[in-house]
Amino acid sequence: MAQANQTAARYRLGVDIGGTFTDIVLEQDDGRMFTVKVLTTPRAPDQGVLEGIAQALKAAKARPEQAGLIIHGTTLVTNALIERRGAKLALITTQGHRDTLEIGTESRFAQYDIFMRKPEPLVPRARRFAVPERIAANGEVLLPLDVAAVEALLPALQREQVEAVAVGLLHSYANPAHERRVAEILAARLPKLTVSLSSEVSPELREYERISTACANAYTRPLMARYLGDLARQMAAQGFRCPLYLMLSGGGLCGVETASRLPIRLIESGPAGGAMFASHLARQYGFDKVLSYDMGGTTAKICLIDGGRPQTTRSFEAARVYRFMRGSGLPLRLPTVDMVEIGAGGGSIAHLDQLGRIAVGPESAGAEPGPASYGQGGALPAVTDADLVMGRIVPENFAGGSLPLDLAAAEAALKRQVAEPLGLSLPAAAFGVAEIVDENMASAARVHAIESGKGFAGRVMIAFGGAAPLHAARVAEKLDVDTVVIPSHAGVGSAVGFLRAPVAYEVVRSLYQRLSGLNVAELNRLFSEMTAAAAAVVAEAAPGRPTRAKRSAFMRYVGQAHEIEVELPVRDYDAGDPARVQAAFEAEYRRLFNRLVPGVDIEAMSWKVDVATQEAPPERRAIAPAGAAPEPLARRPLFEPAKGGFVEAPNYRRDRLPAGARILGPAVIEEDETSTVLTGRYEAIVHDWAIILTRRQREQV
Amino acid sequence: MSANASDIGLIHKQIVWNRLIAAVEEQAQTLIRTAFSPTVSEAGDLAAGVFDRQGHMLAQAVTGTPGHVNSMANGVQFFLKKFPIDSMREGDHYITNDPWLTSGHLHDITVVTPFFHRGRAVGLIANTCHVVDIGGRGFGPDGRSVFEEGLFIPVMKLARAGQLNDDLFEIIRENVRDPQSVEGDIFSFMAANEEGARRALALMHEFDLPDLEGIGQYIIEASREATKKEIARLPNGVFRNNLVTDGYDKPVELMATLTIKDGTIHVDYTGTTPASPFGINVVLNYTQAYTLFGLKCIIAPEIPNNYGSLAPFSFHAPESCILNAKRPAPVSARHVIGHMLPDLIFGCLHQAMPGRVPAEGSSANWQPQFRGGRSAIDTRQLETLGNHDLVDFDYITFHAGGTGGRPTADGMSATAFPSGVKNTPVEVSENRAPLVFWRKELRAGSGGAGQWRGGLGQVMEVGGRDNIPFAVLAMFDRVSVPPKGRERGAAGAPGRVRLGSGPLLRPKGQQTIPAGDRLTLEMPGGGGFGDPLRREPALVALDVANGLISAEAAAGDYGVAIGPDGQAEQAASEALRASRRASRQAAE
Repeated sequence: MAQANQTAARYRLGVDIGGTFTDIVLEQDDGRMFTVKVLTTPRAPDQGVLEGIAQALKAAKARPEQAGLIIHGTTLVTNALIERRGAKLALITTQGHRDTLEIGTESRFAQYDIFMRKPEPLVPRARRFAVPERIAANGEVLLPLDVAAVEALLPALQREQVEAVAVGLLHSYANPAHERRVAEILAARLPKLTVSLSSEVSPELREYERISTACANAYTRPLMARYLGDLARQMAAQGFRCPLYLMLSGGGLCGVETASRLPIRLIESGPAGGAMFASHLARQYGFDKVLSYDMGGTTAKICLIDGGRPQTTRSFEAARVYRFMRGSGLPLRLPTVDMVEIGAGGGSIAHLDQLGRIAVGPESAGAEPGPASYGQGGALPAVTDADLVMGRIVPENFAGGSLPLDLAAAEAALKRQVAEPLGLSLPAAAFGVAEIVDENMASAARVHAIESGKGFAGRVMIAFGGAAPLHAARVAEKLDVDTVVIPSHAGVGSAVGFLRAPVAYEVVRSLYQRLSGLNVAELNRLFSEMTAAAAAVVAEAAPGRPTRAKRSAFMRYVGQAHEIEVELPVRDYDAGDPARVQAAFEAEYRRLFNRLVPGVDIEAMSWKVDVATQEAPPERRAIAPAGAAPEPLARRPLFEPAKGGFVEAPNYRRDRLPAGARILGPAVIEEDETSTVLTGRYEAIVHDWAIILTRRQREQV
Repeated sequence: MSANASDIGLIHKQIVWNRLIAAVEEQAQTLIRTAFSPTVSEAGDLAAGVFDRQGHMLAQAVTGTPGHVNSMANGVQFFLKKFPIDSMREGDHYITNDPWLTSGHLHDITVVTPFFHRGRAVGLIANTCHVVDIGGRGFGPDGRSVFEEGLFIPVMKLARAGQLNDDLFEIIRENVRDPQSVEGDIFSFMAANEEGARRALALMHEFDLPDLEGIGQYIIEASREATKKEIARLPNGVFRNNLVTDGYDKPVELMATLTIKDGTIHVDYTGTTPASPFGINVVLNYTQAYTLFGLKCIIAPEIPNNYGSLAPFSFHAPESCILNAKRPAPVSARHVIGHMLPDLIFGCLHQAMPGRVPAEGSSANWQPQFRGGRSAIDTRQLETLGNHDLVDFDYITFHAGGTGGRPTADGMSATAFPSGVKNTPVEVSENRAPLVFWRKELRAGSGGAGQWRGGLGQVMEVGGRDNIPFAVLAMFDRVSVPPKGRERGAAGAPGRVRLGSGPLLRPKGQQTIPAGDRLTLEMPGGGGFGDPLRREPALVALDVANGLISAEAAAGDYGVAIGPDGQAEQAASEALRASRRASRQAAE
């Protein structure tokens, strides 16, 4: 038996570089899984990766050449943008529009703060070069490109030792000819420069977002290309013969070539992996409507998953500099899993605002000094401290007993900063902190759902990340969610998710059409071109694999500024289609906004194709029936929100519970990485793949 | 060791409050996503809020612009005067654009919607939004009375128990230039209010609240007390300031006397210039809006905006001065005066709390209203065109000059303050109107010199597509009188309005841009803060490297000599600064 495992098992690796930890998941073809967490090595991230992989291979007794596939996600792109560690970058833009990147929206994201600072543009003004040329909104050339002016820039680019160039010309989404010509000149004369064109990176209307995306891509490209090249070489040297895939923000995978050319599409790879993790569980166990909830040390991420697929969007804001506020970061226009991220984690710090109201986050205690209870000198109360005071964490068992927590320090910090100034008892102060952070997350989830025209009725919450199991039951109560799933491997959810994603690529193009005069032939031509482009990227990573395509249009009433996405059938269109598309638009519009606008034509601005490899549907698994209630290891005081005070609650160890064990809340189920807290409104059944919480009937409570 | 019921009650109240703010934020986002006028959907020229049965504002969306928010805060009570709350029915919507009851010009439409819980009206949801056209002369200062400025909709029912007021819609359709947008907008306003109402009701259900009285009282009291506490940190006293601005045909002087006394602040505008014969007059409600905004962002920026947080502030503007114009005075371009009020008040507050207040900025938005078609352009131009066809269009974009230098930072370049609106992307504008924005970039040298430099203005150059002529409804300020610096900071550059071919245009009033020519707008820079001779030489060198100031200005204004390597030369700079100080002392 043991011998068979050693010789035969092929496996796949999921590798997720996070801010603090690098997670490795090794999954054998027989389904056995080995997980490893090592510290991230920010200066040379490949070192942490190789170390983690070595440990995983050792644990699984596996050899490099048995690997079938390595899938990788990383925060490198995000961190390069946040820490401004990217390439020395220049921008070539349309004459007269040198400052688009700096002028932005001309607005202030913090209405009342006269001291607010805007984010610095990625390219300082001295390296923003403008050349005479002009294309009109319909793609017509108003002023031809001044080739001599482009050539005249070359000495300056060399003198400034520019490593990467972004080219962002007005209306290039409608006619990319001038951008391409600039690229040709640069390639011929300065072949070592990497060049990113806005018409390639993000071919969509709105110059600020498009140019910002092109710049962010150009900025991170040399760094990522270097890193991926190094990593591939080292893996090969160690004997790995399998392909390396990268996780895209939109939930698909791509090959190294695409990732090196368009690294900005990797910006949310870690969170996208988390969403794919939850999506796979949803398909596997038949949860049609899911709310995925990922809470770690600094932030919480919330994503809606319908029919086993995460919702996606085209806009994202990176590197927010001001309290996670909308508008304080760099706008990006690219496909990404649609999630809200807020500054709410175990390390989020509680304080009182000017009105004496409890506020939590977005400032985080981080790992240093950490929450007060870490005993590393932190004097400010964090969410973890409140959890500790409420009895949700057993101090001596935290992190598997490797980091015992200081309850007295947590109590002192909460007393000083919250309880005493408000005249609250200590438990009420702790409860207040937990309530506010839970409320912040519930509120973000609610806003997100409403913006998507969706609700929580019948939704299953899948909770993962170190802090989520502590808060999931209470957040679920607030959202009126009946069922909460705490999966196994919750601490390395993103890396597991990488192994569940298809190879996929999304292409969006702008082509203005009114439904009343839809040019069907033109549209068919556009879609076949886009499908070919997306299929080529997929084929590069997964040659010969069967694929599926999805199409949609971004549409609105004529005169509106914001579009909604409407799914289209995958086939050639004919004269009967405009009426069908109108009906689909109206159904979606009504779902989102309740009211149609009578007598107004409908226009489409852009079109999308998403090509993905067809994955075998996961084996559907049934949920095991409930068994008997086990004996608790101990009973400890736990703060119960519904009672407004402490109750004696049973504590269990997850790894000592038999499958099918049924536990009534309030209760705590501990494991090494986290604890699952049941409020009195929930009961739990322990399965081998998850703990499932179900809301109890009112009369039972 | 248990928490008592009142402890838990306090935590619940804080949560309900947060939730109400989230509800109206959702309402604001719905407005942006569904509106037809680019003023709302691109620029965010809107306000959204929830009110109690008395018409007191409990929460407002963070998204929005102060002129609308604070005007709407005061405006909802006028709806209740005409339609008492208990006469309202489910499915009712109410509307007005009365400048004197809401936000000061006919382009702003306010829609108010009651919501019902257990069979009783428990509150109101309102929004105020700028629609792209309201008929009349359009958005510009040329009108001599409000009757010329467009369609006037008194407070009336927009929908009665779910039935739309079709008569009103028909009147609107026949009176505005872009009926489809305006009608679509009004649908969007109703949908957004319904969204806000649904959210508020879900919240009342979840927390088992019979009404909003208890929570309303808590919000108002807590906000009032917190604001008073902030005011109480300031010294009692009387502080005066004046601000001269361009006006339409002659300068306007705004006068303020600010009195701080025991946790309250009163602003008196006695001495301010009388109302203008042209449409730059401000109604009391709009004066209040920007007065309160100016006070709040210095004194209590973190306290959410509501009836309670606004209560400790009061003000007085004498009848028929330009800040309290009476009907039927023309009011369309009231923002050019109204946007100056925070600067006027900052001048008073600077005396009470030095080091907390920025220098003056460009302040009034530069928002050209473009108009095309045969009826828009100068008749002499028409003759040169013969029978050539011209497409009708009306289009507006919002832009900003620089904000004033701040006590610890440079001013912001091309950034709206105090207004909270956004620009429209050039690519969107060129898709929607037959215009070409040939130039839109920072205006070098326009930021006032200072230890902290004023923000730069921007230059915008707009031509007609295919060289068509078009009109601009100009309402640009800070052209004759630039934004002042503070604490030895220099003034920002004044604005300039001209044709691309050279000749100056009037900063206010409708004018034609002839076929083939362009409109050039040079927007003002913000004033500097602090002595320019104390600016970090490395920052001066960086400004030169980035082309924000010239090397001559570095030497002349800042006393910094820039070497051939682009760095500040220490010895030469010290000498320059010493001689500058000496000649200054001699002059003083």
